[in-house]
Amino acid sequence: MRAIGAASERRTPAPLGRRRLRVAERHELGAYVVLAAPDPDGPAPRPGQFYMLAAAERWGGGADERPFLPRAFSVLRVADGRLHFMLEDVGPGTARLCELGAGDGLWVTGPLGLGFGAPDARPPARRALLCGGGVGTAPLAIWQDELLARGLAAPALLGFRDAAHAEGAALLANPRVATDDGSAGDHHGLVTDLLAAELDDDPHATVYACGPPPMLEAVRALCAARDVPAQLALEAGMACGFGACFGCVVPTRDGGYVRLCVDGPVLDAGLLAEVPAH
Amino acid sequence: MTFCGLDLAHPIVNGSGTYDAIAARRAFGDALLAHFPFSAFVSKTITLQPRDGNPPPRLFETPAGMINSIGLPNKGLDGYLAHDLPELARLPVPLITNVMGATADDIAALVEAVDARPEIDAVELNVSCPNVKTGLDIGADPVELGSVVARVRPLTVKPLIVKLTPNASDVPAAAQAAEAAGADAVSLINTLRAYAPHPRPGAHPPRPWLGGGTGGLSGPAIRAVALAQVRAVARRVAIPIVGMGGVQTGRHAAQLLDAGATLVAVGTESFRDPAAGTRIQHELHDLFAKSGDIVNRRGDV
Repeated sequence: MRAIGAASERRTPAPLGRRRLRVAERHELGAYVVLAAPDPDGPAPRPGQFYMLAAAERWGGGADERPFLPRAFSVLRVADGRLHFMLEDVGPGTARLCELGAGDGLWVTGPLGLGFGAPDARPPARRALLCGGGVGTAPLAIWQDELLARGLAAPALLGFRDAAHAEGAALLANPRVATDDGSAGDHHGLVTDLLAAELDDDPHATVYACGPPPMLEAVRALCAARDVPAQLALEAGMACGFGACFGCVVPTRDGGYVRLCVDGPVLDAGLLAEVPAH
Repeated sequence: MTFCGLDLAHPIVNGSGTYDAIAARRAFGDALLAHFPFSAFVSKTITLQPRDGNPPPRLFETPAGMINSIGLPNKGLDGYLAHDLPELARLPVPLITNVMGATADDIAALVEAVDARPEIDAVELNVSCPNVKTGLDIGADPVELGSVVARVRPLTVKPLIVKLTPNASDVPAAAQAAEAAGADAVSLINTLRAYAPHPRPGAHPPRPWLGGGTGGLSGPAIRAVALAQVRAVARRVAIPIVGMGGVQTGRHAAQLLDAGATLVAVGTESFRDPAAGTRIQHELHDLFAKSGDIVNRRGDV
């Protein structure tokens, strides 16, 4: 397995225990909601790390008397001391979080997990290539912020369902955008079509990807076919986020499982025989 | 306070399998050791052979709780002793090691191995497992349970805690059998057997959501059950009880102590807040300060 950077560069430890933040700003971006909350007692996260979020009030009592557990979100970016999170209402937890507005309380635990590792700088240097789908855009924004700040190019390819979701592309600098229905962007089709064309043009890249499982599996397969290193930010239902519940496991190529919350969420694509469907 | 001869700073411990102190050290750094949330650490269940655990999905959220179907992943006895124990021995609190076997011979081998390690302060038997030889759920049948506890009791001088299963017709009878066979304490309740249908209905045949088929329900949804079972067991045994089930606050902990528990374990609430044990202990302390000292009433057993 190819090492993708020292753990200390990829993981900032979290304060022990959840802390209560106050949402400073909420704005809608097409199908998405972006929340910003100052985190004066928290350390700066590494790109690709995540937080467990829960509303401080009325967490519970929604559909099916849920939610109960906190929900995991990659941090979108840090700006002016505020943590930004990109949300999409897809269930009782995200529905409640999407309701939050300025002044509302937000429980957070984090930053958690292992983030992205820098592209291999040994010659011939590999360029970073970011590839996101849907709400999986989030961790690529903070990673692009950092790569650009280091003076590295970080072109982004983003895929969305339709024009309303494609408004999320505004979160990254200069992305090329694909939409499933062709209602917006540069390409009518899958973002992995754009990725394959890029890699066929110049395979000297390290691919950083986050998105729905079928997209990540396509990224994994086409990078593997071209011997291009890839780091995949995966998602799984998790109860705790810090290795306690053993719920968020992903099977590895060598057999057995890794916990996404402590061994990921960013995994070297070579660790996986395939990206699991859920 | 003391519990089975162990000196503990307060009555709040963790439920087995609900806190991985080694992973938490990676997530939270040295703050975990400086502010450890529990007065003793209970390991996840260790088996003789390594286990990968159940295929995912392993979790399902319910009203006021969750179902887990984790399947007891662990490195096996040798892996635990070689890799985990040196790290767990650095925790600032006593260590209770939880073990499970599918035969009395397996359980005996586990208890003997744990007895030989001075870093381990007590043993907890997970008996929520079918005996592969008799087919009986060890903890659900008082005769079977008594025979297993009697077999392993002479193998260790360390405190022996029996973690009872709530999925039994007569839990107090099982507790009595454990006590008669020499257990030093019982702990309850384990998770309640539960099923989660696949959220996309209409599949033929209907499918379970969990990779393991069924799982165990935990969280505040089971708190009232825990109170009833702890209360019933406390009326039938004289040995101390580790009570657990849906504890989220110091008041909930006090209710279990009032029901007859000596220690209270926190499980699912730690998933929602990794420092929940500390908060609950502080809330409990404040309640005692206001309303009389439950620790002194039940502390020396």
